[in-house]
Amino acid sequence: MTLLLFTLLVFLGSLTAGLLGSLTGLGGGVLLTPLLTIGFHVDIRYAIGASLISVIATSSGSAAAYVREGLSSVRIGMFLELATTVGALVGAGLAAYVPVGMLTILFGIVLLYSAYSSWQQGRRRGAQEDLISPAAKERSDRLRLSGSFPAGGGRWQAYHADRIGGGFAVMFGAGALSGLLGIGSGAMKVLAMDRIMRIPFKVSTTTSNFMIGVTAAASAGIYLHRGYVDPGLAFPVMLGVLLGSLAGARILVRARVSLLRGIFTVVILALGVEMILNGVRHGR
Amino acid sequence: MTGAPNRTQRSAEDAAMERGMARLLQVGVLLACAVVLVGGTLTLLRHGALRVSFKQFHGEPGALRQPAALLAAVLRLQPEALVQLGVLLLIATPVARVLFAAGAFLRQRDWRYVAISAGVLAVLLFGLLHTG
Repeated sequence: MTLLLFTLLVFLGSLTAGLLGSLTGLGGGVLLTPLLTIGFHVDIRYAIGASLISVIATSSGSAAAYVREGLSSVRIGMFLELATTVGALVGAGLAAYVPVGMLTILFGIVLLYSAYSSWQQGRRRGAQEDLISPAAKERSDRLRLSGSFPAGGGRWQAYHADRIGGGFAVMFGAGALSGLLGIGSGAMKVLAMDRIMRIPFKVSTTTSNFMIGVTAAASAGIYLHRGYVDPGLAFPVMLGVLLGSLAGARILVRARVSLLRGIFTVVILALGVEMILNGVRHGR
Repeated sequence: MTGAPNRTQRSAEDAAMERGMARLLQVGVLLACAVVLVGGTLTLLRHGALRVSFKQFHGEPGALRQPAALLAAVLRLQPEALVQLGVLLLIATPVARVLFAAGAFLRQRDWRYVAISAGVLAVLLFGLLHTG
């Protein structure tokens, strides 16, 4: 394949990955690496390097909007970034020693979990604020992790952070996974904030997005030094995923997200199985 | 909004910090994309007809891995190096965001968060500058 054709096809694929990733809230990275490895036979290390770069672009691009609206919590984000960035360094350090077959299998497992979490998002529960004890609320206030977010109609709704230690620990894991596989690991970040720390879902997803860029930047330097970031891939992937996700954010307001999420769940489920099979074949 | 101001609403200082941070992120991403677009287009004009494959992993040459060597290649107007410079600008964007937040917390005399931001910044710089 010539460079021109390759660039065009990868650009179109990245555009689609960014669009679907933004419409479903899972991010483009999780689709991009299977697309590059299965669709274009790109070595998984190059795919991870390119994906990591696209993750920084989409996170920073959309975080700009969320921060301005007061949805993301800068303090919660910064506090938990202590855990995700250290995790990312550990993950990127490990990546050099984990065999390619194992990396591929691990990626498949993450895809299966993403499919599960995407399916779960369709069925949301009510507010979790009432479950937080007064002592925990006081601790959250002291660490200045409490805040408020625009809940619509000009109303600001207060929230607190519960089980901070547990959330911090899971965030370390999310960072390690991000550094190891070159993904944003948004699903796991949301898990830590929404399920463990009982932060409102809207704040959790937008703060997760806000943190993804910094987490990915921690390991990106290491990937760059190791020569995993190829300009020929970075060019179409970075621009494609970014444009796709910006378009997705525009469409999101009008789209029938439930149908789309259903399709997306099936697609990543299939990709997850394919990656695991590939990894097993590679290992032999 | 009607009635008394909401007790839990963000402070004006935080709102100003968030606006500045949003602008910084936007400018960083746009600048990085512009540089990557120029470098990528030049690469295509020069090598568009070459055959490529990423099936085998080779690792990038030294000039595209080390910031100092990269800058030298950019000055020679090597298109691939220009793309890589854009990538570097993109990686620098979240780092600049953390630095910006540290400055904003410093003005608010929020020492706890100055320390937290400094910690995150230290980890980021370690990742960027550590060679090995």
